[in-house]
Amino acid sequence: MERSSMKFHGDDLNLEATELRLGLPGSEEPEKQAPQSSRNNKRASPEMAEHCRTTSNKKASLLGAGNCDVQDGAPPTKTQVVGWPPVRSYRKNNMQTKKTEADISGVYVKVSVDGAPYLRKIDLKVYKSYPELLKALEDMFKLTIGSYSEREGYNGSDYAPTYEDKDGDWMLVGDVPWNMFVCSCKRMRIMKGSEARGLSCL
Amino acid sequence: MNYFPDEVLEQVFDFVTSHRDRNSLSLVCKSWYKLERFSRLKVFIGNCYAISPERTIDRFPGLKSLTLKGKPHFADFNLVPYDWGGYVYPWIQALARNRIGLEELRLKRMVVSDESLELLSRAFENFKSLVLDNCEGFTTGGLAAIAANCRSLRELDLQENEIDDGQWLSCFPESCTSLVSLNFACLKGEINLASLERLVARSPNLKLLRVSRAVPLDTLHNILSRAPQLVDLGIGSYVQDPDSEAFNKLKATILKCKSVKSLSGFLDVAPQCLEAIYPICSNLTSLNLSYAPGIHGLELIKLLRHCTKLQRLWVLDCIGDKGLEVVASTCKELQELRVFPSDLNGVGHAAVTEEGLVAISIGCPKLHSLLYFCQQMTNAALITVAKNCPNFIRFRLCILNPTKPDHVTAQPLDEGFGAVVHACKKLRRLSLSGLLTDRVFLYIGMYAEQLEMLSIAFAGDSDKGMLYVLNGCKKLRKLEIRDCPFGNMALLEDVGKYETMRSLWMSSCEVTLGGCKTIAKKKPMLNVEIINENDQDFCLDDEQRVEKMYLYRTLVGRRDDAPDCVWTLDAS
Repeated sequence: MERSSMKFHGDDLNLEATELRLGLPGSEEPEKQAPQSSRNNKRASPEMAEHCRTTSNKKASLLGAGNCDVQDGAPPTKTQVVGWPPVRSYRKNNMQTKKTEADISGVYVKVSVDGAPYLRKIDLKVYKSYPELLKALEDMFKLTIGSYSEREGYNGSDYAPTYEDKDGDWMLVGDVPWNMFVCSCKRMRIMKGSEARGLSCL
Repeated sequence: MNYFPDEVLEQVFDFVTSHRDRNSLSLVCKSWYKLERFSRLKVFIGNCYAISPERTIDRFPGLKSLTLKGKPHFADFNLVPYDWGGYVYPWIQALARNRIGLEELRLKRMVVSDESLELLSRAFENFKSLVLDNCEGFTTGGLAAIAANCRSLRELDLQENEIDDGQWLSCFPESCTSLVSLNFACLKGEINLASLERLVARSPNLKLLRVSRAVPLDTLHNILSRAPQLVDLGIGSYVQDPDSEAFNKLKATILKCKSVKSLSGFLDVAPQCLEAIYPICSNLTSLNLSYAPGIHGLELIKLLRHCTKLQRLWVLDCIGDKGLEVVASTCKELQELRVFPSDLNGVGHAAVTEEGLVAISIGCPKLHSLLYFCQQMTNAALITVAKNCPNFIRFRLCILNPTKPDHVTAQPLDEGFGAVVHACKKLRRLSLSGLLTDRVFLYIGMYAEQLEMLSIAFAGDSDKGMLYVLNGCKKLRKLEIRDCPFGNMALLEDVGKYETMRSLWMSSCEVTLGGCKTIAKKKPMLNVEIINENDQDFCLDDEQRVEKMYLYRTLVGRRDDAPDCVWTLDAS
């Protein structure tokens, strides 16, 4: 196993040992970096390979360079390697556009407010966070919901927002991460504060 | 020596349809060669530059169906210049000039101009079927010509082409009632919905319909009402308010689609509407959700629980190992699985790992084709998979970090892949990844006796690796290598081998110009192409390493349509 940049293929003269260079002692030329892993360092990582190819034509530099692939921890960025991962550009392009378009397709849920004569519908995808949603609900129904706290829920406000999730249970709005909420919310009910206080006692 | 009169032999030959078998027939004797060539209806040409249109037509004047493949496979991953070649026009021109009764044209990785499509649409009276897979160069203008002029059109299949859009659907004349198969899922622009609905209404034989994203759920409902006989359905936009009347109508209509066996698309999806699909899931044999990143893991799993008859499944890796376990326990008939990466920058959470693959191998013993993108793998898992599924024909594993070792033992993955080639005696296609030494190639050369196509990237230590493969794999037809330390020694050891193969691709390896020149001189039946895309002068020094080399056998010598960046080396 190679541990230092000084090793070459058997036949090569170890010229580097006697080479005169300008540079601080211990500093290496890029294509001869010491390997960071002692376990598998026979070949250059893809990024190193691309770099080596343009800077040097010598076989030794390619095969002697350490494998800079770090096992765990920050993986090397892959955007530098052309054609990797091997995915057709049609598929790649579609993933890009789809990510934004999936955001555009709406998630419409009914919202009922205790005491109101009819329900409303809102598109959850329009909002990026709980505060935005709650503000919109406050505006739409002309009421105050106040702010959420993990321990007390919406204690202290006139109204508490709740929702029915995919399992059919009624949950307090705000407990789970926003994205999870958007995916699991089937409908909403804004309860009168007096009723809602019951939840916080549990 | 014929014991049977020609007419009898012809009848027998009619039963032989695979092109490989027909090729064998033609080698038996001169009279069989003659009989076979006049009766061959379907011609398959795996490399459009291996033969010329004229010679093809000369040998098979009765051909009705032509399949052509153009660019090398690595063109899919941007490794081949856009203007490399693969033009279909000369073929269509020659077929038209010779008045061939062409009925079907199937193209893969070819450049197809609107001019080609227009000529195609006018020159062949009985033209029935056009399949374009991963082609480019045409617009909906060309499609409009096909729609308008091909009076007996039965099949128009556009798979994964990147094209510009416009109006074309309305160009199908009112008299066109022959459509059996229509796939335009890849189109990005607006679609004339009314035209589409009318087209479906007058196509009683329509069995396959895959629509693009521009087709909303309302239209889908109308289409399904008129075409409950559909067998293969590709949904475009699947976004609806689940509480609406329209959605209820859709649910009821879907219930009537008892013939649907293949489902795909969901290019835009509101996941809470997926329950409408559940009733038909138990009939499905093929499901492609790999273009539906809007369907998250949990919904995916709920859907898959209904798919008990599934034979083919394409998904994104957000299915997770847990999802794959559900597939393993539900889809006992599974034969083909493809798991694509949803996070292409690769630095994401581990969506699927070796655990998912092992679960599949335990639950789905009929699995024979696999494409699996994952974050990590172990030798132990591969050994288990090989033991559980010895019937693999295609095994393609892509570890997103290409030189990653066994994440438990930190060893190369040689033993794991070795187990796969050893156990899977019928293996025809293999793609490797992960940290690999020469050893894996030793195993491949020793055991992969049926291997026809091998894809290698960032693997091996020395020329020995490549030599093991070239010497051992007697049935090898396509070898594609990138970023491996293989050089002239391996390349030149047995140049005769390349005449037994369709093609060899090597990029970012150690082969030099001198090495490539040697092959070109020794083997005039091979075209040796050097691709040099750098602006800097490519110095003509034989010691210069070659960035990309593509060589292929051919009967017609150097091609005349190569761009400046592609040099075909001289044979003399």
